Amino acid sequence: MVKKVIEGQQAIATGVKLCRPKVIASYPITPSTHVPEMLSKFVANGELEAGFINVESEHSAISACIGAQATGVRTFTATASQGLALMHEVLYIAAGMRLPIVMSVANRALSAPINIWCDNNDSMAERDTGWLQFYCENAQEAIDLIIQAYKIAENKEVLLPAMVIIDAYNLTHTMEVVDVPSQEDVDKFQPPYKPVYAYLDPDRPITQGSFGTPEYYMEFKYSQQRAMENAKKVIDDVFEEFEKIFGRKYEKVECYKTSDAEIILLCLGSMSGTAKEAVDRLREKGIKVGLAKITVFRPFPEEVVEVTKNARVLAILDRNISLGYTGVLRTEVASAFVNLSKRPLIANFIVGLGGRDVTLEDFYEIVERKIPEFKKTKRLVEWINVKGGA
Amino acid sequence: MAILKEIRFHGRGGQGVVTAANLLAMSYFNVGKYVQSFPIFGTERRGAPVASFVRVDDKPIRIRTQIYEPDVVVVLDSGVAEVVDVTKGLKKNGVIIMNTKKNPDEIKLGNRVATIDATNIAIKHRLGSTQAPIVNTAILGAYTKAVEQFGLEKLSLSSVVNTVRENVPAKPEENAAAVKEAYESTVF
Repeated sequence: MVKKVIEGQQAIATGVKLCRPKVIASYPITPSTHVPEMLSKFVANGELEAGFINVESEHSAISACIGAQATGVRTFTATASQGLALMHEVLYIAAGMRLPIVMSVANRALSAPINIWCDNNDSMAERDTGWLQFYCENAQEAIDLIIQAYKIAENKEVLLPAMVIIDAYNLTHTMEVVDVPSQEDVDKFQPPYKPVYAYLDPDRPITQGSFGTPEYYMEFKYSQQRAMENAKKVIDDVFEEFEKIFGRKYEKVECYKTSDAEIILLCLGSMSGTAKEAVDRLREKGIKVGLAKITVFRPFPEEVVEVTKNARVLAILDRNISLGYTGVLRTEVASAFVNLSKRPLIANFIVGLGGRDVTLEDFYEIVERKIPEFKKTKRLVEWINVKGGA
Repeated sequence: MAILKEIRFHGRGGQGVVTAANLLAMSYFNVGKYVQSFPIFGTERRGAPVASFVRVDDKPIRIRTQIYEPDVVVVLDSGVAEVVDVTKGLKKNGVIIMNTKKNPDEIKLGNRVATIDATNIAIKHRLGSTQAPIVNTAILGAYTKAVEQFGLEKLSLSSVVNTVRENVPAKPEENAAAVKEAYESTVF
């Protein structure tokens, strides 16, 4: 391993290179463009032995990955925001065909109004497509989770595509210190891709992307659901193996100072780092607060209940909004508590849409002012730092 | 938190403000620090006022917000200081480093100010054109001298010179020479 100062997109591209995909198809979009740019350079200068397909849209990029992966090779694509939305219908096909494609997503707000900055609505909208979803706090997690995503996705008990998701700008364009794993260690961890079922072989003809009549369609979906269930254990195993080789520990839900916490903040992505700082500073004032950070969002990490159930208040911070209801994390996490009689009060705060900075003050405002208010009002959802008041 | 240092760069799009911040972060990294460097996102229009940020610490940096209370402000274009409040949020005892022909007394921004004629140094070393000189490496020489003078998170001149030489896209020796000359001619 060697420490380098690199940006989040470079961490993604480097992680992908270390996993030796054979086909990359991608269409540039801010703030994900550096990823294909760097990968195309690796291919051009011979550092990465792969085909790089220039496509005319994101719809084509994911379609090309499906075609390539179905021949029996490891593939990669990268996108963000409108690009991910344009892929939408094809994402289901990648998952339904059980092709373990890995894609990086730069979390960027959706238009209108046009905005190139960070929020999670783009990837949250793909929650139901059958893709695994991993959210990164920093560039180190970006490179590490790319490497682990391939191994989890390709496990024969899983065989599902995976998104590794990094916040626009806060991660994509921020230079920071990253421990870059060696090719030797990654090769040890990540053997060459061996397709399990889906590959083209004239001696073993198979049908891929077939018609699914009412007699069988449900069984296909049931098998995908079982694969998601299987992924829970596979993720734990892969995280453990990764820690043994690389020394960094990953968990589906990372807990920071939660064991005695009366208030637990819950969020994902880059704001988790700021949240940890806020937790430390609030604890200096004697407030028992902790953080639960979601790293794996699909399959849904039910562990979240166990690690947060003893808090008085669970404050869920959503950098997204399901318009007409609440943040997406809130609906997901709250539903996990539905059959328990003892559970924390669940508050929901909408923060940082369209790249608005999520500051330490926002966390202090939530913990010191909004939560005491919430205990009385039990408001379903509250918007933080909105002009004109919320 | 005592060790964390926060630095804000001001300049105009096209002057290499983001590169200056990145090179400073790498220079600190090369002497064993943890660093974070990021621009004010997505506003890099040529000629428009832009800002970029650096954090330096002895331990991994978790915080992800923009910098609101910098320890040091670096101004690559003194004209920007006329349209942007470059001292906004500057900590008490904070340091300002400005590219200008004037001396610190003339610009009246307090008593912890260093000035450098980085424009002249850049032109002399043929960095950029005479109309649009690239001052981002010269200013780092002044930064290095200023943090030494004011007792802030120290950085060796050799780390900055080597980092610049190894990371600039063109004219490595000219850029390295500009850093050294600025270091020697910073005014307090």
